[in-house]
Amino acid sequence: MNLSDHERGVLSGATGTEGARMAMEVVVETARMMGADRLVPIVSSHIDGCLYHGDAGVLYCEKLAEEDARVAVPATTNVGSLNLLKADQVQLPQAQRRMAYRLMMAHQRMGCTPSWTCAPYQTQARPEQGQQIAWGESNAVAFANTVLGARTNRYGDFLDLACAIAGRAPYYGLHCPEKRAARLLFEVSGLPEPLLREDAFFAVLGALVGRLAGDAVSVIDGIPGPVREDQLKSFCAAAAATGAVALTHIVGVTPEAPDAATALGGVPPEETVRVTRDMIVDARDRLSLAGPGPIDCVSLGSPHFSEDECRAVLALAEGGTFRVPVYICLGRHTLDGLQADGAYAGLQGLGVEFVVDTCVVVTAILPRRPGVMMTNSAKFAYYAFGNTGYEPVFGTLSDCIRSAQAGEVVRDREIWG
Amino acid sequence: MSWRADVLLGGEARGTVLRMDAPVSFWGGISPETSEVVLAGHPQRGERIAGSILVLPRPIGSSSSASVILELLRKGKGPRALILGVRDAILPIGVLVARQMGWNVIPVLAMADPPFRTGDGLRIHEDGAIEAGT
Repeated sequence: MNLSDHERGVLSGATGTEGARMAMEVVVETARMMGADRLVPIVSSHIDGCLYHGDAGVLYCEKLAEEDARVAVPATTNVGSLNLLKADQVQLPQAQRRMAYRLMMAHQRMGCTPSWTCAPYQTQARPEQGQQIAWGESNAVAFANTVLGARTNRYGDFLDLACAIAGRAPYYGLHCPEKRAARLLFEVSGLPEPLLREDAFFAVLGALVGRLAGDAVSVIDGIPGPVREDQLKSFCAAAAATGAVALTHIVGVTPEAPDAATALGGVPPEETVRVTRDMIVDARDRLSLAGPGPIDCVSLGSPHFSEDECRAVLALAEGGTFRVPVYICLGRHTLDGLQADGAYAGLQGLGVEFVVDTCVVVTAILPRRPGVMMTNSAKFAYYAFGNTGYEPVFGTLSDCIRSAQAGEVVRDREIWG
Repeated sequence: MSWRADVLLGGEARGTVLRMDAPVSFWGGISPETSEVVLAGHPQRGERIAGSILVLPRPIGSSSSASVILELLRKGKGPRALILGVRDAILPIGVLVARQMGWNVIPVLAMADPPFRTGDGLRIHEDGAIEAGT
């Protein structure tokens, strides 16, 4: 492996702390295992190791912190298992709560920015096109590659943190420009234009692309502009949940896709999928396990809800209160804007429960009993049953709000054409 | 009989093969408490991976799987070795972290289409050589 003098020095322990040596060893060993012949400097990291999965991971992060490992680049933290602003919201046993807290604090001690969000791209932490980064959390990875044009593989537990401490990542996969060309082409221009502009369409299209593409890079042709960032967020999160999608190009929308030929790297696609209305309806229906009938809650904000989306809830509700709990999961970075002009109080007045620093599908917030969760998030729909036991019903944001007011599933079928 | 695999993390082991006949993510698919396969509908559901030479022809799943194997190794409930059908870093990173913590260390090998069946006895050597028989 071609390591620089600095990298060699850290790896041997001659330069820097024992914590830095441990991190460099994880990065270099991963590079060797994956066949990379060098490391690449990174400008930022997003760290997906803050959820409590057992004591071993906590003890490792504390060991790194005690051995004076410190992040070398700006490093945001993904959600943890606790709402640090509202201690009694999460119902974990005391011993687990303590360990979950220790894990979050170990990341802070290593110099991470305590953002506790799965949507770091909503904060100032936005890399630029072409910049090398090491991000974890599948939706954030897909967003950074797809929407921002930054370069990252799908990082995860321990490796994202090790890269942040080393300031470097193994150079292979999507770090390399030639590996970013699309192999699959999705053609959506046969769908009705009003559907192509619907927010919920982007979540459903993402779920479809994820299932068909697996881990391959795709390009989508036929989306009319302009596309809003929250729509791209929904698309990326869905594709990264149903598949292992880390990058999708959208012609005329994303930075590496001025046209399909460029996104394909000048080579014909290995496969072309002409997306039909039936395929969209099928992909939509796969996101629901429960049928029509009563619901127990509405869960919004996977990835974390933006300020625009929170304001849309307020507008759609038109002052009508909710018959079931409505959870909005969001980053603390979004609270200030909402609190500045009364939107926060307005949403609370309707009965919204805000979930900050975490979300309802990764930790124990929902009452522990069988139930039905309505959501406009394909990612929540995909993980809800396995993680919480709640059966998901997918709908548009408007469907979700009307259903929360009615206490049962209310749907507008018209938008699906 | 003998075979040769790529060494992702070196080490010696001997034991009996447990082969996963369908892909399983450690996170969500294997209990970090008992090492039991808990994934609904999985052909090996109810089997414990502890103490086996675990053969995973198609390693898949969440990167949090690294945390699950780390947890198992800390508890002494990990497999004795991993043989992966594809080069994949997620599980080896968990094993490497266990090594840094001074917990149980196991070899991790990669080879295309590993031919081993559940119940086969194998010996694994530091250089990636695999021999039949315990």
